[in-house]
Amino acid sequence: MTVTEPTSRALDEIKIGGMGASRRRVEDNRFIRGKGHYVDDVVLPGMLHMEILRSPVAHARIVSIDASAAWEIPGVRLVLTGEMMATRNLAWMPTLSYDTQAVLATDKVRFQGQEVAAVIADDPYIAKDACEAIVVEYEQLPVIVNPTQSLAPDAPLIRDDKVGQVDNVCFTWQVGDQDATDRAFAEADVVSRIEMHYPRSHPSPLETCGSVADFDRATGKLTVYMTTQAPHIVRAAVALIAELPEHLIRIVSPDLGGGFGNKVPVYPGYVISILASILTERPVKWIEDRTGNLISTGFGRDVYLTGEMALRKDGRILGVRMHTDSDHGAFFGDAQPSKFKIGLLHSAFACYDIPTAHLTARGVYTNKAPGGVAYRCSFRVTEAMFFQERMVQAAADDLGMDQAEFRRLNFVRDDDFPHRTPFGFLTDSGQYAKCLQVGLDAIDYEGFLREKAEAAKNGRLLGIGISCMTEPLGAGNSREYDILGIKMFDSAELRVHMTGKAILRTGAKTQGQGHETTWAQIVAHELGIPAEDILVEEGDTDTAPFGMGTYASRSTPVAGAAIAMAARKVKAKARQLAAHLLEVSEEDVEWELGRFYVRSAPDRGVSIQECAMAAYSNMPDGLEPGLEANAYYDPPNLTWPFGCYIATVEIDPATGVWDVLRFVAVDDCGVRINPMIVEGQIMGGLTEAYAMASMQFITFDADGNCIGSNFMDYLLPTAWETPGWELHEVVTPCPHHPIGAKGVGECATVGGPAAFVNAVMDALKGHGVRNVDMPLLPDRVHEALQTRGDVSGAPPIRTDR
Amino acid sequence: MTSLFEEVPATADADADVPVRRVTVTLNGERRAADVEPRLLLAHLLRQGFRLTGTHTGCDTTNCGACTVLVDGLPVKSCTMLAVQADGHDVTTVEGLAGPSGLHPLQEGFKDEHGLQCGFCTPGMMLAAKALLEENPDPTEDEVRFALSGNLCRCTGYQNIVKAVLWAAKRMNGSEQ
Ligand code: FES
Ligand code: FES
Repeated sequence: MTVTEPTSRALDEIKIGGMGASRRRVEDNRFIRGKGHYVDDVVLPGMLHMEILRSPVAHARIVSIDASAAWEIPGVRLVLTGEMMATRNLAWMPTLSYDTQAVLATDKVRFQGQEVAAVIADDPYIAKDACEAIVVEYEQLPVIVNPTQSLAPDAPLIRDDKVGQVDNVCFTWQVGDQDATDRAFAEADVVSRIEMHYPRSHPSPLETCGSVADFDRATGKLTVYMTTQAPHIVRAAVALIAELPEHLIRIVSPDLGGGFGNKVPVYPGYVISILASILTERPVKWIEDRTGNLISTGFGRDVYLTGEMALRKDGRILGVRMHTDSDHGAFFGDAQPSKFKIGLLHSAFACYDIPTAHLTARGVYTNKAPGGVAYRCSFRVTEAMFFQERMVQAAADDLGMDQAEFRRLNFVRDDDFPHRTPFGFLTDSGQYAKCLQVGLDAIDYEGFLREKAEAAKNGRLLGIGISCMTEPLGAGNSREYDILGIKMFDSAELRVHMTGKAILRTGAKTQGQGHETTWAQIVAHELGIPAEDILVEEGDTDTAPFGMGTYASRSTPVAGAAIAMAARKVKAKARQLAAHLLEVSEEDVEWELGRFYVRSAPDRGVSIQECAMAAYSNMPDGLEPGLEANAYYDPPNLTWPFGCYIATVEIDPATGVWDVLRFVAVDDCGVRINPMIVEGQIMGGLTEAYAMASMQFITFDADGNCIGSNFMDYLLPTAWETPGWELHEVVTPCPHHPIGAKGVGECATVGGPAAFVNAVMDALKGHGVRNVDMPLLPDRVHEALQTRGDVSGAPPIRTDR
Repeated sequence: MTSLFEEVPATADADADVPVRRVTVTLNGERRAADVEPRLLLAHLLRQGFRLTGTHTGCDTTNCGACTVLVDGLPVKSCTMLAVQADGHDVTTVEGLAGPSGLHPLQEGFKDEHGLQCGFCTPGMMLAAKALLEENPDPTEDEVRFALSGNLCRCTGYQNIVKAVLWAAKRMNGSEQ
């Protein structure tokens, strides 16, 4: 039998910048020229400038505010205080977690850096001068900086503004099967127990938050340019808070200088600038300084864990028990799905086959900045996976088992999907053991263990740390996931012009992820329109379809899916046009990339561009003109990418300084749309993981002074100390996602930290140390070595546990 | 004068009555002048006075380097220099990087090696790198990492930034031979 190659005229997908192409980024063309358009670049005629006066103390009653000297300064147009906000019913606003937050303080200040007054002036220097001229008298109150103090029986009540609030607990929550878990522990051969603190961290994108509010009295329209990852949520919030009609509110999120979750919540500064513009009838710009950003906007983590594992002596995990105490600051402002009070922390242990688990969580108020945000993670999964992998290593050590072997033994097997996790999530796919093996081979696991043993003979401390995890991305589905009742779906709108070029708009919002590049690649994959012929726009609520925005790695899983679905609708209509042009019935029309053809005569075909032209110039009778579609995508489930991260380190015993020798990352994020961008995301994520493990944390002294309120104290790694990254991949497509993608933006940040900490702990094995809490600053590692004991808690305060 | 600065023709006489100083700079090869309050920062003069918004500010403490420009060819954090201190000097911002014949190799390298994500650090990074390459046209990876250690990036993890600079060095050396 002879087989003749069918003569395909399908386009080469890589050449047209479709899926799998490492297409160079479109947005770079403006960024490398210094022509990005960030909020601070917005200049409007007659624009005024706003500065915020912040509280210098962490907990105090406001006795008086005297702003008269500020009003005297030439160029000052308006001074706003909480009292004045209250007359407009704007002194308080709702948070994303059904709590309330002060916009400008009226009764008390509850954390250092809280917004007390605002000045609007001709230029920012005058506004700053005027802030300094405001005299505020404070009557100081006792300060609470950690859960232990917060829960003490005689603790002062922080939220005395809330009716019915009698203590400092902001929630208690639990999930899992307590009875079954208790039974598992009763049957265990070994119980492994560990306590940890995941310190408070701040996303600190390089661009701080800011807004330019522009209220036009003549049209009644409010336009706000602002640093937001979720412009449509903001529009809804402004409509509700400021009681303005939603159709007259336009939120524009221009280029963002990074987000990492920091730009999800609605901050007082935005609200004040809006009111200031309404009152002055002039555009008002507010650009937060770095200290304001670090001491008042959304932080991540600050969770204390007690974790226990029930183990059989052959190494199987029988059950897991977790209790968390989380510090939410003065207002419960977490940005997370409303059903889950401690985010998706119960996604822990999803990659392990564990019969039962139980989690209790308690959140408390303290005199610290509010707003737990999903700092480069899908709602506290960073804590979940860190705790998981630290508990796993401790358990392997307690059993005297090899840490890789212990993981392999307990992994969910490839043929075990769909799999119900011990806390009730449903995972769909993965090749966990394979990923681990790729990582072990890459780092030469056996070889390193020999090298380590050899080095130990000379007193050198080498260690290897592994961290494996699958995390849930892409919230919703809408049954379970909503923010303030708004369901978590996403959207896309694709319009193909006459000449076959197109514009695509989505409800997501890029902050550096490269949506303008990758979204076009999805359309190219679906329709064969070259990516360079597709313009991508996001961030303007007047033009973009309603979407929930970009955070929690949800863009590709949700908006990316919506794009594919919109493109498929366009394709269905193009098929009708093709049938008309080819004068055959639709059933006789076949598709290959970029072209429809007649099944029985493959040479007779029309390109997608010809169909587009026909949509405007030659449509069949009865067919609606035009070629466009929109799609709202409600995902059937979360997506579950997997990551395996392995670090090797050497500690200098004399100083406690540890160096990363090598770092291997194996990511399975499903199908990769643009491998170059995926790798960029992973390397950025790993660097934040390294940052948290080694240096980056926000803490407070006993008086509630924020330690880490500027980039001199809040240490971020530079090019010099950041290790080199070695990346590997495994691809297990997501079975329910239209293009098989799983999302990736945050995996490395989520899974990475435990690899570093486990490596340092491995190096300290045999030195009487079981845990050193992050960040692993040299002095803490040194102290652990000297005292042969654990170093716990949030430095520099060591009394909090 | 009610504002911090006012651009004036480079030939105008200073008004002796107002508490401002005349600053004249050669900005990206062009002579520009402004009357400024003595406390005005160079970064703000560039951004708001001359409307060159490619120079960004990311901190208050001279740590992030987003505001890096070249003053007489040397990298300077323009948030930490007063505008009046630049008087009489040559200032290069990101807008002056590309020449008439097209993009600077650093700009091409950053794009080709995916050396940027949000783009906020990029202008400062490229200018710091330009100063390095002028002094050391063939740097090692470590030398690049050290030279850029005054510039923070929150997105990329630096690996591709380093690659981008090495890419540009190679290109510049190649075209010189
Ligand atoms: S703005 Fe950060 S160093 Fe100049
Ligand atoms: S690319 Fe975003 S800070 Fe460097």
